[in-house]
Amino acid sequence: MTDRKIRVLIAKPGLDGHDRGAKVIARALRDAGMEVIYTGLRQTPEMIAEAAVQENVDVIGMSILSGAHLVLVPKVIDTVRKTGLTEVGFFVGGIIPEEDVAVLKVAGVNAVYGPGTSTVTVIEDVKSFAHAA
Amino acid sequence: MKSLEVLSAAGKLALSRLISEVENETSAGRTALDECFSRSGKAHLIGVTGAPGTGKSSLVNRLAQLIRREGNQTVAIVAIDPSSPFTGGAILGDRVRMRDLSGDPGVFIRSMASRGELGGLARTTAGVVQLLDAAGYDLILIETVGAGQSEVDIARLAHTTIVVESPGMGDDIQAIKAGILEIADILVVNKADRPGIENTERALRANLELGYSHRVTGKAGHGGFTEENKVVDAEEWVPPVIKTIATEESGFPELIKAIVEHRSYLQKTGLLAQREHERLTDEFDHILRHTLVQNWKAQTSDEHVQQIMDAVYKRKRSPANAVEELTRTSN
Repeated sequence: MTDRKIRVLIAKPGLDGHDRGAKVIARALRDAGMEVIYTGLRQTPEMIAEAAVQENVDVIGMSILSGAHLVLVPKVIDTVRKTGLTEVGFFVGGIIPEEDVAVLKVAGVNAVYGPGTSTVTVIEDVKSFAHAA
Repeated sequence: MKSLEVLSAAGKLALSRLISEVENETSAGRTALDECFSRSGKAHLIGVTGAPGTGKSSLVNRLAQLIRREGNQTVAIVAIDPSSPFTGGAILGDRVRMRDLSGDPGVFIRSMASRGELGGLARTTAGVVQLLDAAGYDLILIETVGAGQSEVDIARLAHTTIVVESPGMGDDIQAIKAGILEIADILVVNKADRPGIENTERALRANLELGYSHRVTGKAGHGGFTEENKVVDAEEWVPPVIKTIATEESGFPELIKAIVEHRSYLQKTGLLAQREHERLTDEFDHILRHTLVQNWKAQTSDEHVQQIMDAVYKRKRSPANAVEELTRTSN
């Protein structure tokens, strides 16, 4: 019997301590039947890449409320891809200004979610990123 | 022989992908396990179990950190958290407590969901441990699902089982119940800076005295031992009770010493080989049972099963009678 579970890493890069959004998403993905690896606050890009490799995840979700997303997100994506995990999907949640969304997408992010996004949307998206992998 | 080369190349990503194959029970995973089996059996497997919230993850974090600092042994950690019985999803949160280990190339941490198993491990945990063993990790720490009283599968898989308690987890009657305390090779009372530590320690020691009175009290007991009995007696392992504070380093030198001593005790007495045999027999039984059920299901029509089950629902047949009927007709 093969049971292919979608594995998602939920990480909080950077220094802000607000993890409610990350926990809401983690819980929603769990309830959608996924295995969610939750790593906690203040993760460096290297820590996120290391965890992604060891856990062999399909998708990485980053929650950033500090405003540092334009620095952190490309750094994380770059560090993760250098490990050889080239097919992993990325999404970002947080307060991201409209003009930055396009920049993040160019950097390799599949989707960006602001406040008020339905968890149903996130779940459906994550499934599609994982299956594209 | 591809998977063997992958393991020796120490490619962590390759190892990690193989672990997923094993976890998902694919044919690639099975092949990998077959091919690396002869190279496994070298690592010391250490189980860490205990009730939720006793500090297992923090203990594993500190233990791995100090082992790495002490010597040149590499450490793999397999941390299991429960899957939801309703959705099959899981939150695997043990890494939150293991951040001290990040950046160390000699440590590999893998989180696993229990995927419906009830014994404190996942069905494929033994396979994942075998891969890590064959990949060359010297010590493998296996952290179970937060365990209550009867999640004792870890004792079959691990060479050394550490049971973690913390103050305020119940009285001395809890301590003499059968189950999780019985499987301990080492008992740890974590959070030793909390109030109530004396009571917990006393209850655990009193429980041990009931089981090993002649040893723990240091007396010959009833005085009627024959010479032969004494020898056996001297070789008996009495689980030490060790107080730790996992957020500091308090108690950890003692814990590491106890682990090393237990390992040499197992080697000296031949118990290591015996446990290994028991474990492999157990694994064989597990796989046999699983395979027979899968094969049987594959060659039995669902409709036929449904017909018989309808009779069970109407209480015209007992479940045992249904099984008898189904296994007879499928042959």
